[in-house]
Amino acid sequence: MLYETLKLSIRTIRRNVLRSILTVLGVVIGVAAVIVMVTLGQGTSAQVTSDVAKLGSNILMVRAGQAGFGPASATADSRNFDIKDVEAVENEVAGVAVAAPMVSRNLTAISGNINHAQQVIGTDNRYFVARDWDVSSGRTFTDGEIQAGSASCILGATTSQALFQGSDPVGETIRLRSIACKVIGVLASKGNSGFGQDQDDLIVMPLKAVQRRIVGHPDIQLMYVSVDSAYKTSDVQAGIEDLLRERRQVGPDDRDNFSVQDMAQIASMLTSISGVLTGLLSAVAGVSLLVGGIGIMNIMLVSVTERTREIGIRLAIGAQARQVLLQFLVEAVVLSLFGGVLGIALGLGLAAIGGRFLSVPFILNPTIVAIAFVFSALVGVAFGYFPARRAARLDPIEALRHE
Amino acid sequence: MAEPLIRFRGVTKVYGSGDAAVAALKGVDLSIDRGEFVAVMGPSGSGKSTAMNILGCLDTPTSGSYDFMGAPVGDLSRDQQALLRRHYLGFVFQGFNLLPRTSALENVEMPLIYRGVPAHERRRLALAALEKVGLQHRADHDPNELSGGQQQRVAIARAIAAEPQVMLADEPTGNLDTATSKDVMNLLTELNRREGITIVMVTHEPDMAAYAQRVIHFLDGHIAADGPHEEAA
Repeated sequence: MLYETLKLSIRTIRRNVLRSILTVLGVVIGVAAVIVMVTLGQGTSAQVTSDVAKLGSNILMVRAGQAGFGPASATADSRNFDIKDVEAVENEVAGVAVAAPMVSRNLTAISGNINHAQQVIGTDNRYFVARDWDVSSGRTFTDGEIQAGSASCILGATTSQALFQGSDPVGETIRLRSIACKVIGVLASKGNSGFGQDQDDLIVMPLKAVQRRIVGHPDIQLMYVSVDSAYKTSDVQAGIEDLLRERRQVGPDDRDNFSVQDMAQIASMLTSISGVLTGLLSAVAGVSLLVGGIGIMNIMLVSVTERTREIGIRLAIGAQARQVLLQFLVEAVVLSLFGGVLGIALGLGLAAIGGRFLSVPFILNPTIVAIAFVFSALVGVAFGYFPARRAARLDPIEALRHE
Repeated sequence: MAEPLIRFRGVTKVYGSGDAAVAALKGVDLSIDRGEFVAVMGPSGSGKSTAMNILGCLDTPTSGSYDFMGAPVGDLSRDQQALLRRHYLGFVFQGFNLLPRTSALENVEMPLIYRGVPAHERRRLALAALEKVGLQHRADHDPNELSGGQQQRVAIARAIAAEPQVMLADEPTGNLDTATSKDVMNLLTELNRREGITIVMVTHEPDMAAYAQRVIHFLDGHIAADGPHEEAA
């Protein structure tokens, strides 16, 4: 019986293809919007998460200077860190696995007749540990190179490609300003960060080499701190803050003249922003589904009126009220499922295209597809029930007399 | 034949209430036996349509009793009435009332669907019914591809497909010309004689009533005359 009803409703819908499509347009748009939003939203958060993972796991970035915007207070001491601060953070704060010092400058490197501008970072091997980064060829620094601050360079993959056009640069020499720098290694590629930066466009040199020969002072702007996975990042963050306030003599009422940022926090902030956007747009999509449902109800009411005589015949022949109800309800559900399926297809298509333009990965979420499917069926039940009940309550004598 | 198929005892039907109340049937006693072919006549407003609606379990009497196959059916619920129609009654209407854009075969199959007959059996029964009305070769045609007479024959096939106890025909020739009317009446007579189907037919035309064995005249909510057609006419 249900099969017969289903067959019947599919046929009725096929008889009025254009009308059916126009009827379910609201559902199509609503479902498509939800699918696009959720798919792109999830793609974005997946990308942010993987970008943060690329930065290294459980990373805290410690910067000198006040965090945030607005004028610095008069007493602000924005002096940089020195190497002792780095050692103190690494040795005195529980849960710090590695603290890597870092200074950086943007410089042009020259190899033969090729110029290429990139970031030059002064640090030591702890940087590679903190960022979970390996060389793809050559080696990292020796202790001697770090102690002496010798002119040894490790190139990022992009920089290596730009300067050496694919040939192995290990053993070659590049020039940075007046410094001749021997290439000892090339880093594995990490790809773009979520902040639109090519992470592979860099040259890493020993800290002392950059301090003495490039920036000209022994300051450290930034520390990369890797947190031992057995500790909570927030506890370690608090430990670093306490230590640095003491070392930098920040009064109990003064603002910190440094900042400790948790990369996971930044990531979760970005993710939550995309979550809020997804929520807002889903609400808009919900309104569209509501409008779509009303459209279905409208056309079902028209259909009941148009087919009053048919209902009368069916009732006279022996259909029970609930069978007529079922017939029209199934028709409404099939109609809105038809809209739902169109919407899912449209939504996935748009998400794939949009994802390509926004360079967000396309992540097919079967759950949301299933939810959209079920939801469009529910729209059919909710908005088809009233017209179906009206059909079922018709008096067969009256219905047969209907012109 | 101990028990008549249909028995009305003092059936009344009042529409509306208070001052606006109109009595369509004012105490009708009637019995129809199995295998009869009865014509019901009477002017508009005489109560014959109301009587047919009650007979067809589309309506219930205000008072009095209606026994069908010996069982009181006067105050069944809507769903029970539907089941009774489904299993024991077949309807033929003046306006044919076939479903548009649905083939003759599918129209005839429709009551069988509600009876829950499996698809292949349904098809066999529907084709058999179409054969009885001489339209097996038109099974795949839509109603709008058939003439009036053919459409009415499809409607008759639909009424008999489920092998009902009674066929109720409401002016089955009202929309047909004289020649086609005769064909349809001959078909009904044949179905009555050969298949033993009980037929109750409303008609305005004495020519059509002449095909029946018995004619009942309604007038002003009463039965004015009831007997073999020669006498009644």
